[in-house]
Amino acid sequence: MSAPATTLPPARLTGLMPFLRRYPLVAIAGVILAAIVLAAVFAPLMGTRDPTSMSPLQRLRPPSDAYWLGTDHLGRDVWSRLVFGARVSVIVGLAVAALSVGLGLVIGLVAGYIRWLDAIVMRIMDGLMAIPGILLAIALVSVSGASLWTVIIAIMVPEIPRVVRLVRSVVLTVREEPYVEAAVSVGTKLPLILIRHILPNCIPPLIVQATYVAASAMLTEAILSFLGAGTPPIIPSWGNMVAEGRLLFQIQPWNLLWPGIALAVTILSVNVLGDGLRDRLDPKLAKRM
Amino acid sequence: MLRLIATRVLSTIPVMGVVALIVFFMLRLSGDPAAILAGDTASSEQVERIRVSLGLTRPVYEQFFGWIVQLLRFDLGTSLFTGLPVTTLIAQRIEPTAMLALTTIVFSVLVAVPMGVLAAWKSGGWIDRLVMVFCVLGFSVPVFVMGYFLIFNFAINLRWLPVQGYTSPFVDFGRFISQITLPTLTLSFIYIALIARITRASVIEVLGEDYIRTARAKGQIELKVLFRHALKNAAVPIVTVIGLGVALLIGGVVVTESVYNIPGLGRLVVDAITRRDYPIIQGLILFFALVYIVLNLIIDIVYTLVDPRIRY
Repeated sequence: MSAPATTLPPARLTGLMPFLRRYPLVAIAGVILAAIVLAAVFAPLMGTRDPTSMSPLQRLRPPSDAYWLGTDHLGRDVWSRLVFGARVSVIVGLAVAALSVGLGLVIGLVAGYIRWLDAIVMRIMDGLMAIPGILLAIALVSVSGASLWTVIIAIMVPEIPRVVRLVRSVVLTVREEPYVEAAVSVGTKLPLILIRHILPNCIPPLIVQATYVAASAMLTEAILSFLGAGTPPIIPSWGNMVAEGRLLFQIQPWNLLWPGIALAVTILSVNVLGDGLRDRLDPKLAKRM
Repeated sequence: MLRLIATRVLSTIPVMGVVALIVFFMLRLSGDPAAILAGDTASSEQVERIRVSLGLTRPVYEQFFGWIVQLLRFDLGTSLFTGLPVTTLIAQRIEPTAMLALTTIVFSVLVAVPMGVLAAWKSGGWIDRLVMVFCVLGFSVPVFVMGYFLIFNFAINLRWLPVQGYTSPFVDFGRFISQITLPTLTLSFIYIALIARITRASVIEVLGEDYIRTARAKGQIELKVLFRHALKNAAVPIVTVIGLGVALLIGGVVVTESVYNIPGLGRLVVDAITRRDYPIIQGLILFFALVYIVLNLIIDIVYTLVDPRIRY
């Protein structure tokens, strides 16, 4: 983690603006994401109507002044559902990223530093990693019943091992550093060593990891809803919209395409932002990817 | 060498044990398993009957070890909806899934490896950038969006290929190929992105080595330098990712089979969710985890046989 200064790319030595000029895609991704988050927060002010109100007489209408993106098979406004659906994706992305990084950090720090715990914790993580994430999430949702919180927890659980492994690998390198040995030798207490000396080394790769977790969480939420094991159908989410849109896909493909495009653009932006952060915060990892 | 293989095989036992523990307690952590299995409309007598028939009245450790013994006899339980053993259902549905996985892996490797090598060779150039853009897209576009995009263009608009369905290659090979093409392309997208990215990264690293310079200096043609000298030495991380990517593939299979209406294991999971047929979900998780663990075990052992640099 402590790369000699000579190997750092010039971007790190200069400010944010030159970095964004060098990576214009990152800037664009940031703007798109900001727009999506703002739209999600201020959804009622975005020219929307009630995303759940049905008007059977207005079913499957093409885009018009009243319905910007047309209506779905129940006569609901697609634009409103799209904007309110952003809320679900944003909430799931942020919540899963924050929770899995938080929990993974604690588990990884402790496992990496306390050797006897390491073997046990890592076996549990190996077991969790061996179960395909989507299947584990499906199973968790199907036993606990569908709600936004169940979905968040179900997506979070399979993400934890990845974070734990990352944190542990950092801890294992850092714990041999002279400054940690020095802290140990002067009798610094364990929690203090972990928080003051080891934690700061984990932060840059974790920020990068958090963006990837957020992207994959949004993707998994959409897949779960699409399969009927995700966000309850009554909540407008992009995954639910795709699931409903597929019924009449051959007649009116747009109802499936809009949420699909929204998902792809959002996840793409998060991934591009993650790559940008990686290049800036974690040059060693950037070289390996 | 034999001892080494034996150690690796033995080391998978605790992982399988943990998987079994997770699957076992998942149903119990979320409340009364009998009530979950019975569904929302069941009466209390029905719930009680399920509880007794599943042995849920016994102590938990007894239940767990009983279940493990059952698993060791390849008994994954019985489907609540059809009454058939889960292993029978898996055997009935495995062919389409195995075929889809196979065509996807073969196609992805054939496309992704040359793509990654080319990107590494022209690192920083426009080909490299194009490959990287493709990789980011591959990780960002949801499988079902890709699926419907392909169906819309190639099946509905151009009418080149059928919209959905599956025919066994042993029945009608031509039909099999026409029906499996779109699902394979759909599922390959993310897998190609994954493999191409790692191939690019590990070939770039190898291209800086002395033996590559030597090969070039002795006048070896560039194609041979890339594919014989560089790719061979960069193979370990690439093969590792192909193995680890199987987890991603399994998730993708579930979605792809739903989009293309393929009667495989993925459909079995989705149908089980709607019917709350928990033994099937449990059985399939165990089955997929086993496939994943065994596959990665084989890859691990093959390394040690093929690459003399790896010694445990």
